[in-house]
Amino acid sequence: MNKTDNDMKRRWLSLFVENRIGVLARVSGLLSGKSYNIHSLTVGETENPEVSRMTVCLDADDRTYEQITKQFNRSVEVIKVIDFTNLSIRTKEVMFIKVSGLNDRGRAELFQMAQAFKFRIKDMDSDSVLVEAVRTEIKNDSILNAIRSRFTNLEVVRGGPVAIESISMQDR
Amino acid sequence: MTKITGNEFFVKALQEEGVEHIFAYPGACVIEIFDEIYKQTQFDLILPRHEQGLIHAAEGYARSTGKPGVCLVTSGPGATNLVTGIADANLDSVPLVCFTGQVATGLIGNDTFQEVDIVGITRNISKYSIMVRDRAELNTAIKEAFYIATTGRPGPVLVDLPKDVMAEIGSDIYPEKVNLRGYKPNTKIHDRQISKAINMIYKAKRPMFLLGGGVKIARAVKDMTALMEKSEIPVVTTIMGKGSVPTNSPLYYGNVGMHGCYAANNGVNSCDLLISIGTRFNDRITGKLGTFATEAKIIHIDIDTASISKNVTVDVPLVGDAGEAIRKMLKAAEERGACETGKWRKQLEEWQIAEPLQQEEKEKLVPKQIIDAINELYDEPIVTTDVGQNQMWTTQFFEIYGRRQLITSGGLGTMGYGLPSSIGVAIGNPGRDVISISGDGGFQMNSQELATAVSEGLPITACIFNNGYLGMVRQWQDLFYNKSYAGTCLLRRKGRECDVNLRKGTKHCNGRKAECYPYIPDFVKLAESYGAQGIRVTKKEEIAEAFAKAKAKKDGPTVIEFMIQDEELVFPMIKPGGPITDLITGM
Repeated sequence: MNKTDNDMKRRWLSLFVENRIGVLARVSGLLSGKSYNIHSLTVGETENPEVSRMTVCLDADDRTYEQITKQFNRSVEVIKVIDFTNLSIRTKEVMFIKVSGLNDRGRAELFQMAQAFKFRIKDMDSDSVLVEAVRTEIKNDSILNAIRSRFTNLEVVRGGPVAIESISMQDR
Repeated sequence: MTKITGNEFFVKALQEEGVEHIFAYPGACVIEIFDEIYKQTQFDLILPRHEQGLIHAAEGYARSTGKPGVCLVTSGPGATNLVTGIADANLDSVPLVCFTGQVATGLIGNDTFQEVDIVGITRNISKYSIMVRDRAELNTAIKEAFYIATTGRPGPVLVDLPKDVMAEIGSDIYPEKVNLRGYKPNTKIHDRQISKAINMIYKAKRPMFLLGGGVKIARAVKDMTALMEKSEIPVVTTIMGKGSVPTNSPLYYGNVGMHGCYAANNGVNSCDLLISIGTRFNDRITGKLGTFATEAKIIHIDIDTASISKNVTVDVPLVGDAGEAIRKMLKAAEERGACETGKWRKQLEEWQIAEPLQQEEKEKLVPKQIIDAINELYDEPIVTTDVGQNQMWTTQFFEIYGRRQLITSGGLGTMGYGLPSSIGVAIGNPGRDVISISGDGGFQMNSQELATAVSEGLPITACIFNNGYLGMVRQWQDLFYNKSYAGTCLLRRKGRECDVNLRKGTKHCNGRKAECYPYIPDFVKLAESYGAQGIRVTKKEEIAEAFAKAKAKKDGPTVIEFMIQDEELVFPMIKPGGPITDLITGM
């Protein structure tokens, strides 16, 4: 009767919420209050300034996930809940990496990696380079791993993925 | 449209809502609202003596009348003292609208005197909480608060009112309708799902209704009773659901759960179809999950989607109003007649006879004697309870039928609930007999509310089951913690033998001794000091006389202190976390 962790998997939710003070706290508080661990949560205003949209990414089993969506659905401040887990979506995450302590060889290598891994060099000085990657979260993971395997002096900032339903493309 | 201040509008809004009583405690940030209340006569102001007592009174009012309870308190400590009651109302689905004063918007965030973020504090324990930041939003905010509190699964709503916003001038129009795009409660029962449920009911060999608090909240007791009688399906209840059908019906088999009846718990575990209405399968009901109702298909009717399949996975979920679902099933039962439950009921009756709910007479009073007396001596009492042993005994032995009601803190289990909630009950139900039942521990958590009952002239009968212990915790210590009675004796006094031994770590409080101080406090004197009638009952023969004296006192409360058997336990009992078949009967 009780489900085990076997159906644990990564889930995606898109929430339409009232763009008001306290709504982010309500959503995040609901998750933490019930001990639901989230992977990431991003929020921003939509085409309608009264509405914000959140992309929530979390690992959960079926049962917990069902509870989470029901809890969101009954929250007064949450207007609509879309489950992105099994839909075709476009998703991107912004990631910045500052690589410091570089010599000429290191810098050259980083420029080569930028071409191979499709990230951009946005800023630099004599011994450091600022990398910007706008890719899916998984690809950003790979980029970070690749850079980490070659360089040690890193500063990383990640924005968390945002997602929207695809129109016709199946690819994420 | 006339322009009026927020304070003036507040009073107007409550009048438009038809509020008759407001439970309120003044303070700096709400003094101007009080000033407006003073100018009108349409609703009256009840002044409890502590904000926790205040909100429990509002809960008692709301549960017994079905109307929302309205609270008004000041900012800071006034607001934080509401917190326990808000959580209590949230878990037991009680419609409350709580207004809290707040410091002026320009001062918010400055750690101003009596400033707390009460919206933040209550966000996770209320149905909805909001601060009104603009006078233009006040009118809809109040309308929405009443709407949200009373519709769908009812619950507490908090509205925080900054002082400057309330002083501002604005519209005097109270909106007729609300438009909340994120809140559209569904009450309508899905036709195909209910047909499926009905077909399952008529195919079942051992069907059983499990009723929670939702049946009473939906005001569907009469229809539910008719459904039980027409379908001849046995009924069991949670403690919140007790009274959903008359307890003296032969088809009613008692409460399930931790202190439920043997027949009811066995019934749930042996039925092949469980039709549960308005319950969330709380852990106190199911015992160990995965062992609950293993042989049954489960139909679950609840207004709250999030309550369905939260704790127990169900086969047929039905989201909507319990009353509507019950009436649809009743219609089918009227057409199709009774289910064949004769053999099944015979089995349940055998279990009932094998292990009836009972309590042996002892040297001192036992609680069943007192509750039996209430059953006998009162026609239509409304009984409130505290939490712990007193609550379990009441929910086991109090008979509910007709207009009788039982009001108890089920979900949160709030000690100190009994007396203040009875005050709200008495205010909402003038002329009715109102009885609160508490232990000596819980009574002391809100005993100051005796003053409110005296001030309001409420003829409440406050029963204290005094055993000098925090009895339910002591019961667990007795049964599961090697009789280590840590922190559960209420008569301990520094310097006495028991205290010295405790500190040496060699001995425990091993029960009442001759040298133990008999009263801390003397509840009879305490009652009398408030101007209430105080009676102490030590013998069975004195019970009826005490209730007669309480009934005779029409202009104020009576406290009856029953000196009960010190170490009486609540049986049967399921070991916490164990399966509900694993019953300790105490015999």
